[in-house]
Amino acid sequence: MEIVKVISVILILGGCFFFITGTIGFLRFPDFYSRMHATGKGDTLAVFMAVIGFAIYQGVFHGAILDSIKLVIIAVFVFLANPTATHAISRAAFRCGVKPWTREESK
Amino acid sequence: MENFYLGVSILLCMLVLLCLYRVIYGPTIIDRIVGVGAIGTKTLVILVLIGFIYGRIDMFLDISIAYALLNFIGTIAAAKYFEGRGEI
Repeated sequence: MEIVKVISVILILGGCFFFITGTIGFLRFPDFYSRMHATGKGDTLAVFMAVIGFAIYQGVFHGAILDSIKLVIIAVFVFLANPTATHAISRAAFRCGVKPWTREESK
Repeated sequence: MENFYLGVSILLCMLVLLCLYRVIYGPTIIDRIVGVGAIGTKTLVILVLIGFIYGRIDMFLDISIAYALLNFIGTIAAAKYFEGRGEI
Protein backbone atom coordinates (compact mmCIF):
# COMPACT_ATOMS: atom_id res chain seq x y z
CA MET A 1 0.00 0.00 0.00
CA GLU A 2 2.92 2.33 0.71
CA ILE A 3 4.19 1.85 -2.83
CA VAL A 4 1.09 3.60 -4.15
CA LYS A 5 1.76 6.65 -2.01
CA VAL A 6 5.36 6.71 -3.19
CA ILE A 7 4.27 6.49 -6.83
CA SER A 8 1.77 9.32 -6.51
CA VAL A 9 4.26 11.55 -4.66
CA ILE A 10 6.87 10.87 -7.34
CA LEU A 11 4.35 11.76 -10.07
CA ILE A 12 3.35 14.97 -8.32
CA LEU A 13 6.98 15.98 -7.76
CA GLY A 14 7.72 15.22 -11.40
CA GLY A 15 4.83 17.47 -12.33
CA CYS A 16 6.26 20.25 -10.16
CA PHE A 17 9.66 19.76 -11.76
CA PHE A 18 8.24 20.21 -15.24
CA PHE A 19 6.24 23.21 -14.08
CA ILE A 20 9.44 24.83 -12.83
CA THR A 21 11.40 24.07 -15.98
CA GLY A 22 8.50 25.25 -18.14
CA THR A 23 8.32 28.54 -16.26
CA ILE A 24 12.08 29.07 -16.39
CA GLY A 25 12.02 28.41 -20.12
CA PHE A 26 9.07 30.74 -20.47
CA LEU A 27 10.98 33.57 -18.81
CA ARG A 28 14.47 33.14 -20.19
CA PHE A 29 14.06 32.15 -23.85
CA PRO A 30 14.90 34.96 -26.29
CA ASP A 31 11.96 34.79 -28.65
CA PHE A 32 8.25 34.18 -28.71
CA TYR A 33 8.33 30.78 -30.40
CA SER A 34 10.90 29.29 -28.05
CA ARG A 35 8.91 30.58 -25.08
CA MET A 36 5.80 29.04 -26.55
CA HIS A 37 7.76 25.83 -27.01
CA ALA A 38 8.71 25.69 -23.34
CA THR A 39 5.30 26.60 -21.98
CA GLY A 40 3.27 24.43 -24.27
CA LYS A 41 5.16 21.24 -23.64
CA GLY A 42 6.32 21.80 -20.08
CA ASP A 43 2.95 22.73 -18.64
CA THR A 44 1.06 20.05 -20.54
CA LEU A 45 3.22 17.23 -19.22
CA ALA A 46 3.32 18.77 -15.74
CA VAL A 47 -0.47 18.99 -15.49
CA PHE A 48 -0.80 15.46 -16.82
CA MET A 49 1.66 13.97 -14.31
CA ALA A 50 0.34 15.96 -11.35
CA VAL A 51 -3.31 15.18 -12.03
CA ILE A 52 -2.63 11.49 -12.67
CA GLY A 53 -0.72 11.44 -9.37
CA PHE A 54 -3.77 12.94 -7.62
CA ALA A 55 -6.07 10.44 -9.34
CA ILE A 56 -3.98 7.46 -8.21
CA TYR A 57 -3.82 8.70 -4.63
CA GLN A 58 -7.52 9.52 -4.51
CA GLY A 59 -8.57 6.26 -6.13
CA VAL A 60 -6.57 4.00 -3.82
CA PHE A 61 -6.51 5.78 -0.46
CA HIS A 62 -9.86 7.55 -0.28
CA GLY A 63 -11.63 5.03 -2.50
CA ALA A 64 -13.19 7.94 -4.39
CA ILE A 65 -13.44 6.25 -7.77
CA LEU A 66 -15.71 8.95 -9.21
CA ASP A 67 -13.22 11.68 -8.23
CA SER A 68 -10.30 9.86 -9.81
CA ILE A 69 -12.33 9.39 -12.99
CA LYS A 70 -12.99 13.14 -13.07
CA LEU A 71 -9.30 13.77 -12.50
CA VAL A 72 -8.38 11.47 -15.38
CA ILE A 73 -10.88 13.37 -17.55
CA ILE A 74 -9.18 16.65 -16.65
CA ALA A 75 -5.75 15.18 -17.39
CA VAL A 76 -6.78 13.81 -20.79
CA PHE A 77 -8.56 17.04 -21.71
CA VAL A 78 -5.58 19.23 -20.85
CA PHE A 79 -3.31 16.78 -22.64
CA LEU A 80 -5.37 17.31 -25.81
CA ALA A 81 -6.34 20.97 -25.43
CA ASN A 82 -3.05 22.59 -24.47
CA PRO A 83 -1.09 21.62 -27.60
CA THR A 84 -4.04 22.67 -29.76
CA ALA A 85 -4.12 26.09 -28.12
CA THR A 86 -0.35 26.37 -28.44
CA HIS A 87 -0.54 25.55 -32.14
CA ALA A 88 -3.33 28.06 -32.73
CA ILE A 89 -1.50 30.85 -30.95
CA SER A 90 1.83 30.26 -32.66
CA ARG A 91 0.16 30.06 -36.09
CA ALA A 92 -1.63 33.33 -35.40
CA ALA A 93 1.66 34.88 -34.29
CA PHE A 94 3.40 33.64 -37.43
CA ARG A 95 0.58 35.03 -39.59
CA CYS A 96 0.95 38.38 -37.79
CA GLY A 97 4.58 38.56 -38.77
CA VAL A 98 6.36 37.75 -35.51
CA LYS A 99 9.87 36.92 -36.67
CA PRO A 100 11.71 33.95 -35.11
CA TRP A 101 14.94 34.80 -33.29
CA THR A 102 18.13 34.16 -35.29
CA ARG A 103 21.73 33.87 -34.16
CA GLU A 104 22.79 36.97 -36.09
CA GLU A 105 20.41 39.13 -34.06
CA SER A 106 22.15 38.19 -30.83
CA LYS A 107 25.54 39.53 -31.89
CA MET B 1 -0.43 14.29 2.82
CA GLU B 2 -2.31 17.56 3.19
CA ASN B 3 0.90 19.39 4.11
CA PHE B 4 2.50 18.00 0.98
CA TYR B 5 -0.41 19.33 -1.08
CA LEU B 6 -0.08 22.69 0.68
CA GLY B 7 3.62 22.85 -0.19
CA VAL B 8 2.97 22.02 -3.82
CA SER B 9 0.26 24.68 -4.10
CA ILE B 10 2.53 27.33 -2.54
CA LEU B 11 5.25 26.40 -5.05
CA LEU B 12 2.74 26.73 -7.90
CA CYS B 13 1.60 30.13 -6.61
CA MET B 14 5.20 31.35 -6.76
CA LEU B 15 5.49 30.03 -10.32
CA VAL B 16 2.35 31.98 -11.18
CA LEU B 17 4.04 35.14 -9.90
CA LEU B 18 7.03 34.36 -12.10
CA CYS B 19 4.76 33.99 -15.12
CA LEU B 20 3.15 37.28 -14.16
CA TYR B 21 6.45 38.96 -14.91
CA ARG B 22 6.22 37.84 -18.50
CA VAL B 23 2.59 38.95 -18.68
CA ILE B 24 3.50 42.47 -17.52
CA TYR B 25 6.81 42.83 -19.36
CA GLY B 26 6.15 40.67 -22.44
CA PRO B 27 7.40 42.51 -25.55
CA THR B 28 4.45 41.54 -27.73
CA ILE B 29 0.75 41.16 -26.97
CA ILE B 30 0.89 37.49 -27.94
CA ASP B 31 3.45 36.92 -25.14
CA ARG B 32 0.92 38.23 -22.69
CA ILE B 33 -1.73 35.85 -23.99
CA VAL B 34 0.64 32.91 -23.65
CA GLY B 35 1.54 34.10 -20.16
CA VAL B 36 -2.11 34.17 -19.16
CA GLY B 37 -2.55 30.71 -20.66
CA ALA B 38 0.38 29.41 -18.65
CA ILE B 39 -1.04 30.96 -15.48
CA GLY B 40 -4.34 29.29 -16.34
CA THR B 41 -2.86 25.80 -16.43
CA LYS B 42 -1.09 26.39 -13.12
CA THR B 43 -4.26 27.74 -11.55
CA LEU B 44 -6.02 24.57 -12.69
CA VAL B 45 -3.68 22.42 -10.60
CA ILE B 46 -3.90 24.87 -7.69
CA LEU B 47 -7.71 24.60 -7.79
CA VAL B 48 -7.55 20.81 -7.60
CA LEU B 49 -5.11 21.09 -4.69
CA ILE B 50 -7.38 23.50 -2.84
CA GLY B 51 -10.13 20.96 -3.25
CA PHE B 52 -7.97 18.31 -1.60
CA ILE B 53 -6.79 20.57 1.22
CA TYR B 54 -10.27 21.77 2.20
CA GLY B 55 -11.83 18.37 1.71
CA ARG B 56 -14.47 19.60 -0.78
CA ILE B 57 -13.11 17.46 -3.59
CA ASP B 58 -16.27 17.12 -5.70
CA MET B 59 -16.97 20.84 -5.86
CA PHE B 60 -13.45 21.88 -6.75
CA LEU B 61 -13.05 19.15 -9.38
CA ASP B 62 -16.07 20.49 -11.25
CA ILE B 63 -14.72 24.03 -10.95
CA SER B 64 -11.35 22.96 -12.33
CA ILE B 65 -12.95 21.11 -15.26
CA ALA B 66 -14.87 24.25 -16.17
CA TYR B 67 -11.73 26.31 -15.70
CA ALA B 68 -9.70 24.07 -18.01
CA LEU B 69 -12.38 24.38 -20.71
CA LEU B 70 -12.57 28.16 -20.39
CA ASN B 71 -8.82 28.57 -20.41
CA PHE B 72 -8.59 26.60 -23.63
CA ILE B 73 -11.41 28.52 -25.28
CA GLY B 74 -9.89 31.84 -24.22
CA THR B 75 -6.59 31.04 -25.89
CA ILE B 76 -8.31 29.84 -29.05
CA ALA B 77 -10.45 33.02 -29.17
CA ALA B 78 -7.38 35.21 -28.80
CA ALA B 79 -5.61 33.25 -31.54
CA LYS B 80 -8.61 33.62 -33.83
CA TYR B 81 -8.74 37.35 -33.13
CA PHE B 82 -5.08 37.82 -34.00
CA GLU B 83 -5.41 35.68 -37.12
CA GLY B 84 -6.97 38.54 -39.05
CA ARG B 85 -4.88 41.45 -37.81
CA GLY B 86 -1.74 42.08 -39.87
CA GLU B 87 0.47 43.57 -37.18
CA ILE B 88 1.22 42.98 -33.51
